[in-house]
Amino acid sequence: MGTANLAFNVAKEDFSKAGEASSSIKKTLKKLGIESKIIRKVAIVTYEAEMNIVIHSFGGEIRVRIDTEKIEIQAIDQGPGIEDTQKAMEIGFSTAPQEVRELGFGAGMGLPNIKRNSDEFTITSEINQYTKIESIIYLSNS
Amino acid sequence: MKLIEVKKLLDAEVLVGEDALESEIISAFACDLMSDVLAFVEDKSLLLTGLVNKQTIRTAEMMDIEAIIFVRGKIPNQEILSLAKENNMVILTTKHILYQSCGILYNNGLRGANIMHK
Repeated sequence: MGTANLAFNVAKEDFSKAGEASSSIKKTLKKLGIESKIIRKVAIVTYEAEMNIVIHSFGGEIRVRIDTEKIEIQAIDQGPGIEDTQKAMEIGFSTAPQEVRELGFGAGMGLPNIKRNSDEFTITSEINQYTKIESIIYLSNS
Repeated sequence: MKLIEVKKLLDAEVLVGEDALESEIISAFACDLMSDVLAFVEDKSLLLTGLVNKQTIRTAEMMDIEAIIFVRGKIPNQEILSLAKENNMVILTTKHILYQSCGILYNNGLRGANIMHK
């Protein structure tokens, strides 16, 4: 298996399409013959990141790079940014509005879920500019 | 436990996947919070939930959950059911409340799914 690059735009507040990017990514990984345990980790990371972009941002992008050793996932949005990324990582901390909670999200679990499924994880953010999540999942580390 | 047995025990109606009721499930998970569903780690699980929207199906898709039972008599709309069909899922609906549904299945030997602790 060689390398593959995927990129998907994610629109803000488009709940009817939320999850389509992650669904496409998952289907591609299946076609590439990646082990199902690894696919599930990637699916959780991309889906939580995708929901975050839909719920909280002005729109963004999810990029996935697959090579023979690892899968790298980047989720980048166009703001508004997170003031305190450490606080955002706390289980149960959320700024999501009520309508998002009614969809079964916004319980302050997303970022911790992403981190838990990543072998390497970073989050960076600039107020009024962007939030960027980078996750690496190694193929040999199931 | 086979899905046909789940259907009988919960007096459930099949909305999608009538032909896959012979499939076996080994555990169950029940909640209305999709982020909690995304924290568990087992194959061949049944999801019991009262949350009826597209995100329920998407979440199940991400977790390789092949069967969902909606409780409290909830019936998803056609768009949601089509998405479930596309993903080869079995969708059931029961009039029982979540607590009762879990109790009946547990009493009949279906255990709870493990969640990931790290």
